[in-house]
Amino acid sequence: MIATVIITLIKILVLLVILLTGFAYLTYMERKLLGRFHVRLGPNRAGPLGLLQPLADGVKAIFKEEVVPGHIKDKFIYLLAPVLTMITPLIAFAVIPLAPDITIRGYTLHFYIADVNIAILYIVAVMSFASYGVILGGWSSYNNYGLLGALRTASQMISYELPMGVLIVAIVLATNIGAGEGTMRLVEIIERPRPWWLWLWLWIAFIPFFITMLAENNRSPFDLPETENELIAGYQIEYGGMKFAMYMMGEYLSMIVSAAVMTVVFFGGWKGPFVVPGTWHGVLLGFGWFVLKVIAILFIYIWVRASVPRIRYDQLLAFNWKVLFPLSLIYMAITAVMVAAV
Amino acid sequence: MTLIPFAILAFIALITALGVILSKNAVYSALWLLAHFLTIAVMYFALSAQFLGIVQVIVYAGAIVVLFLFVIMLIGGTITPIVHETRPYARIAAAILGAVFLLGLLFVVGKGATGLPAPAGAPDAGSVQAVAEPLYTTYLLPFELASVLLLAGMLGGVVLALREKKRRSST
Repeated sequence: MIATVIITLIKILVLLVILLTGFAYLTYMERKLLGRFHVRLGPNRAGPLGLLQPLADGVKAIFKEEVVPGHIKDKFIYLLAPVLTMITPLIAFAVIPLAPDITIRGYTLHFYIADVNIAILYIVAVMSFASYGVILGGWSSYNNYGLLGALRTASQMISYELPMGVLIVAIVLATNIGAGEGTMRLVEIIERPRPWWLWLWLWIAFIPFFITMLAENNRSPFDLPETENELIAGYQIEYGGMKFAMYMMGEYLSMIVSAAVMTVVFFGGWKGPFVVPGTWHGVLLGFGWFVLKVIAILFIYIWVRASVPRIRYDQLLAFNWKVLFPLSLIYMAITAVMVAAV
Repeated sequence: MTLIPFAILAFIALITALGVILSKNAVYSALWLLAHFLTIAVMYFALSAQFLGIVQVIVYAGAIVVLFLFVIMLIGGTITPIVHETRPYARIAAAILGAVFLLGLLFVVGKGATGLPAPAGAPDAGSVQAVAEPLYTTYLLPFELASVLLLAGMLGGVVLALREKKRRSST
């Protein structure tokens, strides 16, 4: 019992270190790639190839003076908001399996923190809390730009949760194929074999799912809550120093979590060529494949940001309700028919 | 659920529920409501009704309270304090309706459930499969009727919005 608790705590610590390092180097990757997309060099001063740039940014954010603007009355909510944004993606990561299990001397080591039988719903539930950080931050700032950004977030996130939910229903339905019983456990979704046509069919859903994830994570071209040229950064406007850094961490961590979820659901998680489950090199190679797939999806995030201009607010909602939502409903209906037919 | 965890959860649920109606600021009321919904979700989890618990979090905490906050911000809940009901008959009507509700609640509690809510038998008795099975077989008709009710509510909203639009474009 105590051993299990200690092992779980160690796992949480290791995961936190991996995720926070991942966040730091995701910002580096984004700036470097954006630089390349713009035919610039990107950060190249701190350390070789600018590799110490995230460290420099972190030190800078920590040593900035913690200012709370004088007109803010609800200090508690004002300080709570960035923390909420940062914590939620970390909590969501608990159910994501990073590598195949391994048994050492009768003890099976799992590379996830919790195996919940409603794992997908758990992630949806936890991720929906990210909008509170933005909404409360915008509200407690007592600033018109902040409030407008918060309002946009509320409607954007709720709207895009619908096609996301419908697509998740379709994915869960598809787990019936070949097994006779559906599952919401991410561990099982990875391990279940899929026929080749099911892989192709699910990859069709990857495109609309990725679009909803862009909107849920407030990423370009859906970064309406913080549009710097009309809302001058929206809900982040009254935040500085480490509090601002926490908002950035929340955004990038939720990108990582979304990419990990998409890796698990659409691309088989740690599965890949030459991975033999139950061996040490299988664990390492499986983790390597997982990280590679996550990085590939994160690359698409950055690619989209560099290529697509931000869309207008009414276009954002119209696109969701008139295109994405009906399409995902049709997709779910076809999947249901497929499940019934096979 | 044993007595002590239930008592703690019930205490938190009552405190948060009181917070909803006693807060001066509408945003705080919404946040208290959020805490209340989460406490209820924890109770579901403790009764091994995982699916119900997670749906409680997704629907109420993830969507409904966000919509509440959305509306509060749109009508400017930060500046205007809650206006107290001044019509004299409103308080009397509220008292009568409250009393009726309390009596109904006491009647149901006294008739059916005695003591603490019993945990479900098997650990997966609250799983998605266990919930879905009766919902789509035995209770299919009430389930579909409930969805028709929701659809009617949604259509009502659309009709109201369209009428407003037409009136605005005609003037």
